Amino acid sequence: MAESTSKTQQISLSKGLNLGLRRALEDDPKVLLMGEDIGKLGGVFRVTDGLQKDFGEARVMDTPLAESGIVGTAVGLALAGYRPVVEIQFDGFVFPAFDQIVTQVAKMRARALGKVSMPIVIRIPFGGGIGAVEHHSESPEAYFAMTAGLRVVAASNPVEAYWMIQQSIASDDPVVFFEPKRRYWDKAELDPTATPYPLYASRVVRQGTDATVVAYGPMVKTCLEAAKAAEEEGRSLEVIDLRTLSPLDLEPVFASVRKTGRLITVHEASVFMGMGAEIAAKVTEKCFYSLEAPVLRVGAPHTPYPPSRVEEEFLPDLDRVLDAVDRAFAF
Amino acid sequence: MADPALSGPASPSSQKPDSAALYRTVRLIRRFEERAVELVHDGQIFGGIHPYTGQEAVAAGTCAALRPDDLITSTHRGHGHVLAKGADPARMMAEIAGRTTGLNAGRGGSMHAADFGIGILGANAIVGAAAPIATGAAWAARCAGSDRVVMTYFGDGAVSQGVVLETFNLAALWRAPVVFVCENNGFATTTRTDDAVAGSITGRAEAFGIPAARVDGMDPEAVFAAAGTAIARARRSEGPTLLECVTYRYDAHHTWEHAARPRYRTPEEVDLGRSRDPLEIQGARLPEARRAQIDAEIEAVLEEAVRFALDSPHPDPATALDYLYADGTQARAGVA
Repeated sequence: MAESTSKTQQISLSKGLNLGLRRALEDDPKVLLMGEDIGKLGGVFRVTDGLQKDFGEARVMDTPLAESGIVGTAVGLALAGYRPVVEIQFDGFVFPAFDQIVTQVAKMRARALGKVSMPIVIRIPFGGGIGAVEHHSESPEAYFAMTAGLRVVAASNPVEAYWMIQQSIASDDPVVFFEPKRRYWDKAELDPTATPYPLYASRVVRQGTDATVVAYGPMVKTCLEAAKAAEEEGRSLEVIDLRTLSPLDLEPVFASVRKTGRLITVHEASVFMGMGAEIAAKVTEKCFYSLEAPVLRVGAPHTPYPPSRVEEEFLPDLDRVLDAVDRAFAF
Repeated sequence: MADPALSGPASPSSQKPDSAALYRTVRLIRRFEERAVELVHDGQIFGGIHPYTGQEAVAAGTCAALRPDDLITSTHRGHGHVLAKGADPARMMAEIAGRTTGLNAGRGGSMHAADFGIGILGANAIVGAAAPIATGAAWAARCAGSDRVVMTYFGDGAVSQGVVLETFNLAALWRAPVVFVCENNGFATTTRTDDAVAGSITGRAEAFGIPAARVDGMDPEAVFAAAGTAIARARRSEGPTLLECVTYRYDAHHTWEHAARPRYRTPEEVDLGRSRDPLEIQGARLPEARRAQIDAEIEAVLEEAVRFALDSPHPDPATALDYLYADGTQARAGVA
């Protein structure tokens, strides 16, 4: 017992990313980190803390505030055999780089018949819940998931963050890597000798029998809390952490819905045109005869992100998830 | 396939220009574009092209000053750069015609041709978007301890794009071995440079501490000399240079204009623009017989290029979902 605990350590989500990035830098000299304030400061969320000191300014680069230029130069570095990891400081700051991501990063490989790859990781802290208003609380994942040629993943906890960032860097495809900003300080026990779960796979994180709840990123924790509360009311919810938004690994969702007959999708992004819409369409197609109720979606209103005083009204929470469960049972 | 001895790039960096090689490249690009326009009108090239006619001195002069292992990025008006860097005209013609034997099996087309094996990182239809890509590749060369240089082309329209200014800043900060070549051909689509550019093009670079020169973009040897200086500077790790090559676009922004005939310049103005023709400027530097011999060689190369392109198959639609992901997964189909 003493031996097994000595292998593990208690880490925050931002520390999990930090350790994962450190390991990637150690494992592959072609890995470079680029971004605003990531070197001397160690990133505004401390994700790259200490890495420039240990790996030097050439591998952990402080850049000017020029997101399109940063991602564009990352494309050139990738063409020359490097594996750049770009930090976008806040979700809303990715929009100046949107052109490079959508028109260059995503398309380069297909148009070159696979002769070149784009092993770029674009790390984006996303979502609200820290009182940071619009441009600092956005959930832009569906824009990227819609773009062919990109991989889009979202980590939900410290252990996933540690493994998924390393797997994303090792991927030869470009990965937009979403980090649940409000969960950066959540803690969990990491065993760095464990075998990681595959990157592009969703995962059942709580077994249940009455309804399925699918979420990713910051909402996984919310849904696990909702499942706990539902259990006290005698309802058994199965919770699935989607983990990957493109590709979408829905087989575990189909299997779950065939068992429970009910599905609720949950994300911070707006319900309208959110990831939940695609999931609902696929589940309706694949599990039509298993459904006891329509697929219901929980998310944000279709408005700009609100002022911080009212963000609690805007963001999905435990009550909104449980309310959707109730509605699913009302059919 | 074309004879590589005829289709290859003008001789790599030396201090003295090879006048015949420069003429050959100018002539190759001119006739390539004229043949390509014919194929557009014949319906063999779908979607049209942005002809490079009139600007040949820029591609010929700059690429002649590069080493074969140097890299370039190109633009939507990019056939000239790709040919001058040494791409096979037959495979380039096939690419534009969307055939499987093209440089990118027809997937890149006129605006996205790439040939990584000879240092062509790709043309680019987003104006200005290749500037940071070139700078990243240049930075990679420095990180790897190589003295390779990257040359990136863009037009006068691109100097109004934010990303180009971001790139000037990054390249200057990093002293990246990149040469910015602005082809000022007088028009961004149909808008005159003077109506779109406040201040000056060279002034933009100079604001970032980047040396900039205004070059006669109709004279291949003037361009060659200016490019040689900029390349040598980059190779010595002294940082980027901007060359504003003042040139003139003879033909349409896009062959769409041949039918639509928008009026944004007079025939007299076009005649004036054509009065200093790079083909004639460079041709006058050769003995008549030598010039005639090169002309004949180029005609043969292009005859073969057109035949090769038109004899080549169109892509099989069943391959449309391939090559998107490195892990081999196919793209999603259009039905659910």
